[in-house]
Amino acid sequence: MKFTGTDTYVATPDLMIAVNAALTLERPLLIKGEPGTGKTVLAHEVAKALGKDLLEWHVKSTTKAQQGLYEYDAVSRLRDSQLGSEKVHDIKNYINKGKLWEAFAAKDSPILLIDEVDKADIEFPNDLLQELDRMEFNVYETGETIKAVNRPLVIITSNNEKDLPDAFLRRCFFHYIKFPDKETMTDIIDVHFPDIQNILVREALNLFYDVREVPGLKKKPSTSELLDWLKLLMVEDMPLDVLRSNDTKTMIPPLHGALLKNEQDVHMLERLAFMNRRENR
Amino acid sequence: MFTNFFLTLRDHGVPVSLREYLMLMEGMQAGIANYSINDFYYLSRTTLVKNESNLDKFDQVFGHCFKGLEAPEAEDLLAEIPEEWLRKMAEKFLTPEEMEKIEAMGDWDKLMDTLKKRMEEQNERHQGGSKWIGTAGTSPFGAYGYNPEGIRIGQKEGRHGRAVKVWDKREFRNLDDNVELGTRNIKVALKRLRNFARQGAAEELDLDDTIRSTAKQGYLDIKMVPERHNAIKVLIFFDIGGSMDPHIKLCEELFSAARSEFKHMEYFYFHNCLYEGVWQDNRRRHQNRLDTYDILHKYPHDYKVIFVGDASMSPYEIVYPGGSVEHWNEESGEVWMKRVLEIYQSAVWLNPTKEAHWDYTHSTSLMRQLMSDRMYPLTVGGLESAMKELSRKQ
Repeated sequence: MKFTGTDTYVATPDLMIAVNAALTLERPLLIKGEPGTGKTVLAHEVAKALGKDLLEWHVKSTTKAQQGLYEYDAVSRLRDSQLGSEKVHDIKNYINKGKLWEAFAAKDSPILLIDEVDKADIEFPNDLLQELDRMEFNVYETGETIKAVNRPLVIITSNNEKDLPDAFLRRCFFHYIKFPDKETMTDIIDVHFPDIQNILVREALNLFYDVREVPGLKKKPSTSELLDWLKLLMVEDMPLDVLRSNDTKTMIPPLHGALLKNEQDVHMLERLAFMNRRENR
Repeated sequence: MFTNFFLTLRDHGVPVSLREYLMLMEGMQAGIANYSINDFYYLSRTTLVKNESNLDKFDQVFGHCFKGLEAPEAEDLLAEIPEEWLRKMAEKFLTPEEMEKIEAMGDWDKLMDTLKKRMEEQNERHQGGSKWIGTAGTSPFGAYGYNPEGIRIGQKEGRHGRAVKVWDKREFRNLDDNVELGTRNIKVALKRLRNFARQGAAEELDLDDTIRSTAKQGYLDIKMVPERHNAIKVLIFFDIGGSMDPHIKLCEELFSAARSEFKHMEYFYFHNCLYEGVWQDNRRRHQNRLDTYDILHKYPHDYKVIFVGDASMSPYEIVYPGGSVEHWNEESGEVWMKRVLEIYQSAVWLNPTKEAHWDYTHSTSLMRQLMSDRMYPLTVGGLESAMKELSRKQ
C-alpha cells in the first residue's frame, strides 16, 4: 500500500517517501511548512488515496493530552448521583472516548490527524510520548488498558509556533513542505483547474512569484491564496493583457485582495509601485 | 558507510540519536528506499532531521559523505547535452579529415554517435579529477560540473531533479537558524520563558478540589481557582546610540516581540555600560533620568534581567570610575553591573554582534566575564539558549 498523491493533490517525491516510510514503519509523521502549503490537506488526501477513515483532532491552546485519550465526566456523574439515576453505578457511562481511543479501537487502521500540535501547551507533546510510541494507554478509572488493534497512521502538523521536545521528535518522521517551485505549482494548478488557459497560468504565476519576492511582506501569499486568486481571475474572466501589462499604473496585481491578507502589505505594495513609477518617469 | 555518515552528522551539529539511526535501518530493511540514492536521501532526511533549520546542514553532510557514490549514468548525461552544442563541439573534437569523411558519408546521425562516444570518454577522464560539489573553477555541465575549453553549457534542470542532485541544490539554505530574525521568530524563542501561575480572581472551576470537598462535606461544594497566566517578570536594558546604531532594527524587533510576549515587562536604556542612571525616553534622556538604585529597590529579585548591547567600548568605561564617555561617573560600570547581578540571579546579556567577533573586543570579553559567561548572540539559536538559562530554577 503506497501513497503516490491523488488526482487533487500533487505530492513531491520526498513527501511520498516520508508518507510511505511512516506507513510502513507505523510511526507518526510530523509535517511542518509555511501556512497554506497543504499540511492539513495532506491527511485528507492520504486518507482518500488509501481508502481509510480519517479522524481529526484539532488542537487548541486549551487542549490537554488527556482529552485525546478519554475524559471522565465527573460533573454529570455527580448530578446523576444526586438525582438517584441508575447509570451512576457504572463508571463506564461517564467516560467519553477521545480521538486517540477511537483511532486505537478502530478495526481497519484509520488515519489520525493531530492538527496544529504547536497551539497547545508546551507539555502537550510530552504527555503523548508513550501513547504514540506504544499505541496503548491505561484508563485509570476502570483499570483497562486500551491497545491499538491496528496501529493507525498518525499525521501531526505544526506551524512552528512552539518548539517540540526532542524526545517527541525522535519518535517521528519529519517532513518540511517547502514552498513549491514554479513547475510543481503549475502541476498543482493543473490538478485544480484543468481547463484554465495555459498562458493565463503562466502570466499569473510570474506575477505571483513577483509579489512573493517583494521584500518585507508580513505574510507572503502561499499556495492556497494562489488557488483562490486564480479562481477569482477565472470568474472575473480577467483579460490577459491586464496581467501582462508592465504599465506602471497597474503595478498592483488585479484582485490583490485574494493574495495579500494584510493591509500593511497592500500599502507596502502600493508604495513600491509608486516609487517604481517615479523612477521610470 | 552509514555509521560514518551518522557520526559526521553528529560532528556537524545535526542532533541525531541512535534511535533515529535504527529507525533508518529499519526503513532500509523494509525496502522503502529501493536502491535509489534519491529515495535514500529522502528517507534519511525524513528520519534524521527533525527541524527545518538543520536541513541545510544535513544536505551539506550528505553531499560530502556520498559524493561520487552515484556514478553519473551515461544516458542521463547525454540527454542533457543540447544538440546545437554538439554541433558546435564537432569542430573541436573531430579532425577536419574525420569531418570530411563523415560528411562524405552524408550521415549526420553517425557524426552525432561518434561525438557522443567522444563525450563519454571525455567525461570519464574529467571525473577522475575535480568533481561537482563546490569545486572552484569548473562550471556546470548539466548537473556535473565540467567545462571543456571555456564553452559553458547552461544547466537544464531535469524534470525530476535528476540533473542537479537534490541535496546539492541546498534549497533550505535560508532556514538555518543563525541567519534571520523576524518578530515571529523572536516570539517563538521568547515563549520558552514562560512560567504559568494562578493569580487574580478565581474564575475557573477546580473540578478535583470540588469533588474532594463535596465528598468530604456531603453536599455540592464548588471550588474555584484563578486562571493560569504567564507570570514571568522581565527587566530589559537596551544599549542605545553609538555602536548600537547598526543593530537598531534587530533591537526593535526584539523589543516589540518581548512587549507582546511578557505581561510584566519594564525596559530601560543605557549607553555603552550601565551606570548610576538609566532612562525610558530617549528624547528626554537628560531630563528624565531614573536612578539605577531606585530600579534595584523597586523591582523584586524574582525579575529576570536581560541586557541588550554590543558591549564594545573602551575597557576603561567598564573598569574605572569616571570612564563614561558622557558624564563623570563616581563608581565604575563594573560595580554597577555587579550590584544588578547580585540582586537578580537570572540575568543574560544578548549581543547583536557576531559571536565569532567577540574575542576581538577586549570590553566584550570583560563584560562576558562579568556576566559569568551568560552572553548570547542575538539570533534565534542564541535567544533560545538565553531563555533556557533564564528559565532555569535558581
